[in-house]
Amino acid sequence: MLEAKTPTGPLDQKWTYYKGHCRLVNPANKRKLEVIVVGTGLAGASAAASLAELGYTVKAFCFQDSPRRAHSIAAQGGINAAKNYQNDGDSVFRLFYDTIKGGDYRARESNVHRLAEISTSIIDQCVAQGVPFAREYGGLLNNRSFGGTQVKRTFYAAGQTGQQLLIGAYQALERQVNLGNVKMYSRHEMLDVVMIDGKARGIICRNLVNGELERHFGHAVLLCTGGYGNVFYLSTNAMGSNVTAAWKAHKKGAQFGNPCFTQIHPTCIPVSGDHQSKLTLMSESLRNDGRIWVPKQKGDKRKANDIPEEERDYYLERRYPAFGNLVPRDVASRAAKERCDAGYGVGTTGQAVYLDFKFNLINKYGRAEASKHGIDNPDNDTLVRLGKEVVKEEYGNLFDMYEKITGENPYEVPMRIYPAVHYTMGGLWVDYELMTTMKGLYALGEANFSDHGANRLGASALMQGLADGYFVIPYTIGNYLADEIAVKPIDTEHPAFVEAEKQVSDRINTLMNIKGSQTVESFHKRLGKIMWEKCGMARNEQGLKEAIEEIRALKKEFWSDVRVPGIVKEMNPELDKAGRVADFIELGELMCLDALDRKESCGGHFREESQTEEGEALRDDENFTYVSSWEFKGESQWQLNKEPLQFEVAKPSQRSYK
Amino acid sequence: MEQNTMNLTLKVWRQKNSGDPGGFATYPVKNISAEMSFLEMFDVLNEELIREGKDPIAFDHDCREGICGMCSMYINGRPHGPWEKNTVCQLHMRAYKDGDTIVVEPWRAKSFPVLKDLVVDRGAFDRIIQAGGYISVNTGSPVDANAVPVEKEKADAAFAAAACIGCGACVAACKNSSALLFVSAKVSHLALLPQGAPERRSRALNMVAQMDKEGFGACTNTGACEAVCPKGISIENIARLNREFIGAGMSGE
Repeated sequence: MLEAKTPTGPLDQKWTYYKGHCRLVNPANKRKLEVIVVGTGLAGASAAASLAELGYTVKAFCFQDSPRRAHSIAAQGGINAAKNYQNDGDSVFRLFYDTIKGGDYRARESNVHRLAEISTSIIDQCVAQGVPFAREYGGLLNNRSFGGTQVKRTFYAAGQTGQQLLIGAYQALERQVNLGNVKMYSRHEMLDVVMIDGKARGIICRNLVNGELERHFGHAVLLCTGGYGNVFYLSTNAMGSNVTAAWKAHKKGAQFGNPCFTQIHPTCIPVSGDHQSKLTLMSESLRNDGRIWVPKQKGDKRKANDIPEEERDYYLERRYPAFGNLVPRDVASRAAKERCDAGYGVGTTGQAVYLDFKFNLINKYGRAEASKHGIDNPDNDTLVRLGKEVVKEEYGNLFDMYEKITGENPYEVPMRIYPAVHYTMGGLWVDYELMTTMKGLYALGEANFSDHGANRLGASALMQGLADGYFVIPYTIGNYLADEIAVKPIDTEHPAFVEAEKQVSDRINTLMNIKGSQTVESFHKRLGKIMWEKCGMARNEQGLKEAIEEIRALKKEFWSDVRVPGIVKEMNPELDKAGRVADFIELGELMCLDALDRKESCGGHFREESQTEEGEALRDDENFTYVSSWEFKGESQWQLNKEPLQFEVAKPSQRSYK
Repeated sequence: MEQNTMNLTLKVWRQKNSGDPGGFATYPVKNISAEMSFLEMFDVLNEELIREGKDPIAFDHDCREGICGMCSMYINGRPHGPWEKNTVCQLHMRAYKDGDTIVVEPWRAKSFPVLKDLVVDRGAFDRIIQAGGYISVNTGSPVDANAVPVEKEKADAAFAAAACIGCGACVAACKNSSALLFVSAKVSHLALLPQGAPERRSRALNMVAQMDKEGFGACTNTGACEAVCPKGISIENIARLNREFIGAGMSGE
């Protein structure tokens, strides 16, 4: 039975009511309570810092060499907040509604409304910390529009918003380290959660420098460990991003919510060959000025600039005249795949479409600049020169990055882009308090499932990570820990710790002793291929069933033929990776199972059997207005529990972008 | 896009752990595509080493898009390799030609001990930040974000300093292994903003004291740090730090 613990009362009063009625822990008792925070991205760093400020004793863990490396750092575009500084009609209600609708009505209303309420405090907090957001000449904060919303509510710091927000949270964390309130463990990877009398009481982790296993006690454990996009091998995630901590918790009893909800971002630099290790995003903001097209003729091998205007198919503008190139991420991604699958793709692999700035560079920016400079009847060269200057200011760093990677100059030739896995909306199931189905175990940020439904809006991931860490967990954890004040720190010689460590150790030894012939990387690539082809942008029953069989076979092969070099008691990145890939293989199976169960199309989940005559996604509210929460029951066995979603305020409707 | 491949010789620093003296090992790599990134070339080499039953080369890396600051290779005598304003993860093999020999070492600095092969411990940077690289504000207490306007020019300058990714290339490039570019970027970022003003003196003093304690060398203004910084952090920040530091010292705090 899933109990979401949503407070009673009207939607816009729930959080206020909760804060006024949750139990508190007095300062003297807080010092006696220890909290473990795993992961130091936006959610983890902000939670660790805030809880330490409150007086809890915090231990924070990350697998990177410093908490500042967490992958939140790579977010480009911005962070949403309902400040309405632009006087353009924004409000908490509108941000709430946009987020629920953007998620295709598969998120929990109460959580999303709280997120929208908190959004404004996040900006205040970050500015006070010294986050250098973009400003206007009057000295006030600037905003931009993002992801097809009708208001300008996105705060940003050039194309490095995630970096600046993370550094802010990191600095707050380091301040608490200096004050002795947080003990930081870098280059440590959590490999299991320890349960005592039905409550999470600690973790087992591996010191990645010397390979030693360590036991750590906590009165509560917070998993802020990010998403699992790397199950696809190729994604925009960092190389180290993994599901291991969340997966270990899942196998110990934490249910996994909506695992199949994956966001595939439409504008990434395409794969160039088999050597490819990761994919790079080109910010969504580029679709404001770039036009997407493919040749009208199948297999056209001419260079982009040699294809005349009338032989180009601006397929988004053709299919979606109202939204054109600015349709949501899921729609844009599927349309690109459709064209490439039909044989119209460009580049050496045929798996790419053009994103072309020429038109707006000349007609939008070039002409505006010419008029500003009083140039009548400018010739084409003048327009190109003038337009280029503006485009450089807007997107210069992205254009430079594109050129470094591809060796092509996007001012001269259109960018080649293709969709790539970017974010996972699914994650550990949590209640209103962000507690998983295991008592005392919480999941924050991308690691939980709660706020984005079946599709996340641009500039909302940063908002959620910081909301959870700065403003939600400091209240909700007290409501749990108030009952724990009499619990003395448990000795890590307790049998539960010993047993958990033994299991971790046995698994590591098993991996090391296989001494097979295939590398970890080769298994990861094969898993990624299965997932991308059969559980990627489009899914169908037959493909998913095949994928499950293939993944089971792959798992067997992995555990009988993987080769992990080196020894356990040393720095051994291949061993780290082997453990993560083993977990990804198991997760992949669950994702396919979830995708198979959800016979409707919604958000990023497109079931080919559920589409309109025109090929658009078709939701099935009657049968699928629920969160799929999967309970682990043993190898390849899960029980599906459903949390029905009730919409008291939002009115689910079919999205249309025609 | 032209497809071409090349054969190269790599001379890579191998060191089992911090106690091992270490040394160079030579590896031929074949059929490397010009479209590969430098780290992908290392991936290819490591896959080969594993198949041959040898120990792969350990190196730090994570985001592979030039922002996390984890990658750190000293290539042919230059941190992050030959390209300007670039991290090694964004360096692509187009930069090389068939037959080249490439020497790859870890960051070399007493304060960044080698952990294994090309991996170093940059914990000293975290400890410098702990000494004062923040604004002391607790969660939940701030005023409205627009209550304090910030001159755009100053906000932009603060942003430019805050672009530092903490990779340590500045230290690796400096003949004295000075960390002054890193420290000055953080001091500048926070000193330029009104929110950072109350602590600017103690911040400069404490961060510099920690930097010295970590054993980083002195700055002799060669500008090597700025030349290799992947984010173009300017040595103007060092001048600003000196002013902050002297100002703090003069005030007797």
